[in-house]
Amino acid sequence: MDDRPLSPHLTVYKPQITSVLSIFHRITGAGLAVSTTLVVFWIVSIAMGKSTFIGFNNFLDNSIVTIVLVSSLWALWYHFCTGLRHLYWDMGYGYDLKSVAISGWAAVACSFLLTFLTLLFFVI
Amino acid sequence: MVELRLPKNSRVIDGITWQKPLDAENVQEVRIYRYNPEDSENPRLDTFFVDLDKCGPMILDALIKIKNEIDPTLTFRRSCREGICGSCSMNIGGVNTLACLKGIKEFKGPISIYPLPHLPVIKDLVPDLKLFYKQHASIKPWLETSTDEPNEEWLQSEADRKQLDGLYECVMCACCSTSCPSYWWNGDKYLGPAALLHAYRWIIDSRDQDQKARLDDLDDSFKLYRCHTIMNCAKACPKGLNPAKAIAEIKKLQLKNS
Repeated sequence: MDDRPLSPHLTVYKPQITSVLSIFHRITGAGLAVSTTLVVFWIVSIAMGKSTFIGFNNFLDNSIVTIVLVSSLWALWYHFCTGLRHLYWDMGYGYDLKSVAISGWAAVACSFLLTFLTLLFFVI
Repeated sequence: MVELRLPKNSRVIDGITWQKPLDAENVQEVRIYRYNPEDSENPRLDTFFVDLDKCGPMILDALIKIKNEIDPTLTFRRSCREGICGSCSMNIGGVNTLACLKGIKEFKGPISIYPLPHLPVIKDLVPDLKLFYKQHASIKPWLETSTDEPNEEWLQSEADRKQLDGLYECVMCACCSTSCPSYWWNGDKYLGPAALLHAYRWIIDSRDQDQKARLDDLDDSFKLYRCHTIMNCAKACPKGLNPAKAIAEIKKLQLKNS
């Protein structure tokens, strides 16, 4: 029977550490594809000469762009850390639930730590 | 395809609040998904109150009590009441599990019970598992052999038999497959964790002589590779098995096979 209702899924399933980290891996990946274009434009502006470069730098120098850049930095580190986790899994390791929880929380912690360290040593 | 919203006929509306038991001290609120195919109404969420002092310890006990004493039309599957048959799988408190293995006391506050996610509902907590079984059949869950039949039986060393531990225990309750977002969006083409765990169980059976054909059949961007290692399957499995690990082993064997 085609008119059978579909049982609820996303709205009733309790967020799991597994699926939440997984969807964030995707979101950060897609977000980085977008924010990387900013970096590309920045490099292009160098090639276009001094005035364009200074103009583009002025455009970048406001709080909204700073928020975008800092969250992209976090997204890069998060995607990097969870990406390492995927590589480890693809080799066949780390599948028991305890390892999954440990590596998951470690990836989250490292993403914030690495973001902080990058800002500390390269930006501020 | 990713469909975040439920179709119009599937959206859950408010249901009946059934009467509280009189002079009961220890009352548990249970909200249960109801759908009756014989009327034209949308599914609804009913609220029941169970007197825990007169109820067994498991969620299944509460469901049976409700069916016996409050609403005899409440429909759900159950049989062995000890985690062997895999019939009473459902979404309890937001996580797929077997009602007979889940204690009522494990929850604080009201408990919500839904059918297994993203399946067509036949009635109340009974989903249609036709596709799930078809996918299981598609991986040929039997011994494939080409050499002559032995006189007595196909023998296997103890070490080879050990390879099947953690795989053969699966009771086909579908908790894993229906916890997997990838299976929700691509269940028609992706085989899902349960079928793939069974596939691996036959691939590595030392008596099976069809390993290459089995691997070739699975070497498909949807059947196998829609697994994105989300790992909800292993987290949901009420038998403590790890379908994600089995799928990873199949992927590793595919590398050797190609």
